[in-house]
Amino acid sequence: MIEFINVSKWYGSHRVLHDVNGRVERGEVVVICGPSGSGKSTLIRTVNRLESINNGQIIVGETDVNDRKKSVNRLRSGIGFVFQQFNLFPHLSAKDNVALAPITVRGLKKGEAYDRALELLDKVGLKSKADAFPGQLSGGQQQRVAIARALAMNPPVMLFDEPTSALDPEMVGEVLQVMKQLASDGMTMICVTHEMGFARDVANRVWFIADGEVLESTTPSEFFATPRHPRAQKFVADIRAH
Amino acid sequence: MNLHSLAVLADPNVQLLFLRGTLTTLELFFASAIAAYALGALLVVIRMSGWLPSAAVGAFVEYHRNVPSIVQIFVWYFGVPQILPQSWHTYANAHLSAFFFAVVALSLNAAAYISEDLRSGIRAVPTGQMEAARALGMSYLKAMRWVVVSQAVRGAAPALVNQALGLLKTTSLALAIGVKELMYVARQLDGETYATFPSYLTPTLIYLACTLTLMAIGSRVQQSTRFTR
Ligand SMILES: Nc1ncnc2c1ncn2[C@@H]1O[C@H](COP(=O)(O)OP(=O)(O)OP(=O)(O)O)[C@@H](O)[C@H]1O
Ligand SMILES: [Mg+2]
Repeated sequence: MIEFINVSKWYGSHRVLHDVNGRVERGEVVVICGPSGSGKSTLIRTVNRLESINNGQIIVGETDVNDRKKSVNRLRSGIGFVFQQFNLFPHLSAKDNVALAPITVRGLKKGEAYDRALELLDKVGLKSKADAFPGQLSGGQQQRVAIARALAMNPPVMLFDEPTSALDPEMVGEVLQVMKQLASDGMTMICVTHEMGFARDVANRVWFIADGEVLESTTPSEFFATPRHPRAQKFVADIRAH
Repeated sequence: MNLHSLAVLADPNVQLLFLRGTLTTLELFFASAIAAYALGALLVVIRMSGWLPSAAVGAFVEYHRNVPSIVQIFVWYFGVPQILPQSWHTYANAHLSAFFFAVVALSLNAAAYISEDLRSGIRAVPTGQMEAARALGMSYLKAMRWVVVSQAVRGAAPALVNQALGLLKTTSLALAIGVKELMYVARQLDGETYATFPSYLTPTLIYLACTLTLMAIGSRVQQSTRFTR
């Protein structure tokens, strides 16, 4: 479903992605973790070409992500992306946030788009907030609306870049709950997250990345029980200490 | 206090004079405002798209911000026709009125300010907004239209209303090139009747009524488009 082949990226002389290789099968959930500044965001953002790459290839479905002849807008409309900071549109109500792209990109009729928006808001437990503006919602609610917004384009793939890191602790659970539900519905997902409980319960694989290199790609149980690379061992020990 | 000079205002001819002056002021205002908002938006597009070097638009803005409005009006009315080729000059003399040149000068001036307000409105929209819109598959133009500009205009609304107020007041400078707007007729009345106080009290009240109306419309529009961040 998603394949990274020798992906490298530099910022000037600074190499932020170092020959990344990896596959995510349809319906799989991959959790990416690693220390701050290791290139997790950069890597996940290359998948929908929010970041360009200097070398290698990324395939999503049948599409070469960096094929300049393919429409980047079409590519992106098939890949849901959830940001750490939610990035909801503050001038639009929750249901307008969800319905905007289906209407303006897919040309869906308004009635249809709003029916679907309400359905999705219901799915993330926020049907009652359909008319609320982002500023009237808690962080956890905003992130759930953002997930509904990404789902509105019916993407076969969802990407999450630290979706719970900006949340107060008591709101983390409600967002993870929605993500777990998605995973059990069979969604293909890549999640950058430090929520190790989520990784343990939901992920098929964990990729550990440091200094732009994927140092470990293994099952969650192996990753937490017997990390092989010294940096992974330190990382797991640090998480335990918390 | 001697108020008997106020009696001139009861004269129907005087009332008609002020009515004509007010209409001319409003014509100046609406013509310049429409042109100014359109041109102001266009300037932002030009600047952001890089069609013209950004310095060119920057120079346009700085000229209009740093030269007194009255000078700009004189430049257009007295100066520009003279540097035109002879045939254009003749045409301009025959067909283009002081009103026309006043509208040109006023709208260019206001457009410079409006483009700056719109530009800072756009810059105030966090980059994550554009990114989120693009990540959904929206094209650059759609993202601008539905996400960035619609927030920028809301953010810039108070400044944009202020530009309308400023423009309305600046129309009074058109009297200097003989446009028979409100201040022109006030001076005319003063000159003819020596009823100085009512001659200037009347435009004061009319300008106030217009600006207060504009402010009321402005705050109505802002309320109906407000959102909580
Ligand atoms: N626009 C940029 N220009 C130059 N360097 C950048 C840029 N964006 C990111 N970097 C660098 O690339 C590296 C990887 O950054 P990235 O944001 O992908 O890390 P991350 O693993 O997501 O970190 P965090 O856990 O803090 O979110 C960092 O060293 C960062 O400083
Ligand atoms: Mg990051």
